Amino acid sequence: MSEQHEQIFQNRIDAEEKIEPKDWMPEAYRRNLIRQISQHAHSEVIGMQPEGNWITRAPTLHRKAILLAKVQDEGGHGLYLYSAAETLGISREELIDALHEGRAKYASIFNYPAITWADIGAIGWLVDGAAIVNQVSLQRTSYGPYARGMVRICKEESFHQRQGYHIMMTLARGSADQKHMAQDALNRFWWPALMMFGPHDSESAHSAQSMKWKVKRQTNDELRQKFVDQSVAQAEEIGLTIPDPDLIWNEKRGHYDFGEIDWDEFAQVIAGNGPCNRQRLTHHRRAHEDGAWVREAMVSYQKKVQQRREAA
Amino acid sequence: MSEAMKLFEVFIRSKRGLDHKHVGSLHAEDAAQALEYARDVYTRRSEGVSIWVVESSMITASQEDDCESFYDPLDDKPYRHATHYQLPEAVNNM
Ligand SMILES: [Fe+2]
Ligand SMILES: [Fe+2]
Repeated sequence: MSEQHEQIFQNRIDAEEKIEPKDWMPEAYRRNLIRQISQHAHSEVIGMQPEGNWITRAPTLHRKAILLAKVQDEGGHGLYLYSAAETLGISREELIDALHEGRAKYASIFNYPAITWADIGAIGWLVDGAAIVNQVSLQRTSYGPYARGMVRICKEESFHQRQGYHIMMTLARGSADQKHMAQDALNRFWWPALMMFGPHDSESAHSAQSMKWKVKRQTNDELRQKFVDQSVAQAEEIGLTIPDPDLIWNEKRGHYDFGEIDWDEFAQVIAGNGPCNRQRLTHHRRAHEDGAWVREAMVSYQKKVQQRREAA
Repeated sequence: MSEAMKLFEVFIRSKRGLDHKHVGSLHAEDAAQALEYARDVYTRRSEGVSIWVVESSMITASQEDDCESFYDPLDDKPYRHATHYQLPEAVNNM
C-alpha cells in the first residue's frame, strides 16, 4: 500500500504538481521539509538581531525608518514560514524549543556581528541578495504552502537588497573614510555570504534526495555561482573590490571562477563557535521568556471574556 | 428554509499549488453537507481540485468603511517599495 502511495507521490512531483498538506507523503519528506522550513524561519527571526542593533543608531531618520520597515518584514517572513511548517503537523512550541536547544539551525551568516553602519549596507546587498537567489529558486519547491510563502516573501524582499546597495553606494561615493568603511564591510561579509549557500554539492548531506523530491530546485553550487556572477558588476559599479584574488571571468564556462571558501571557518560557525552564536541564542531565549507574561495575559483575558459571555 | 440551516462560505483551489479562493456561499445543515452542496453548485465544470467550507459566522472581517484609520499606519511608507531606491542603470535590475 505505502509503495503505491510512494509511486503516486513521486509521479505527482515528477509532473511538477505541488504536494498539499492533506496529501499522503513519505515520512522522510515531511521531516526533511520541517527541517528546511524551520531552519529558514529561524534564520528570518535571528536575522533581525544584527540589523535591529542599528535601528537606534541609523545615521538619518529616513534610514532609520527604512531599517525598521525591513526588520519588521523579516519578522513577518518568520511568521509565514513557521505557519508553513505547522501545516506539516508540528507545533510552534516544538520548533522554538528545537532552536533553543540547538537541535535546529539557522543561517550561519547571522552569527557575525554588524559592527559599523556600512555592515547594514553589506547585509542588505549581500545577505538579502544571497537569500533572494535562494528564495527565487524555492518559489518552485514541491510543497505548496512553502512555495506560496516564498512567492509572498520574494515580493517583499525586493526592497531589502536595494536599500542595502543604496547605503553602500552612498558610502562608496562619500569621503575617503566612508568609502573605506564600505570596502571593509564588503571584505568581512563577502565570504560568509558565499557560505550561506551551504557546502559543495559533493559534500551536502541532504542535496540529492532534496533534488529528487524537488524540495530544492537548484544545487548549492549552482545558486552560489549565480550569486557571484550577479555581484561582480554590482561591486564594480560603485568602485568596490570583491576580496578574492582568484575571482576571474571564465570565457569558456560563461561564469566567474572564484576562490575556495574557508570551510573550517564554516564548520566552526555551524558548530556554534562563530563570533555571536551564544549571544544570538541567549537573546532569543531571553526575548521569548520576557514575553511570556504577554502570552499568559492574552490567555487569561480570553478566559474572562468567555466567562462573561457564558454568564450573560 | 429550515431553521437549522447555516450559512457557509466556499473556497476553491482551482489547481494544485494555488491558494483556495473565495467563490461564494451557500446554506447547509452542517459542514459535510456544505461540502457536497459546494461540489454540486460551484464545481460542476471541474473548477477545482479541493474545496474548503467555513461557517460564515466564524469569519471575522475588517470593515471597508474603517479603511482610513485601519490602514493609516501603513500608508506613508513609500520606502517599503523597491522603486523608492534609485540605482545606476547598470545594476537597476537588482
Ligand atoms: Fe526575509
Ligand atoms: Fe530580507
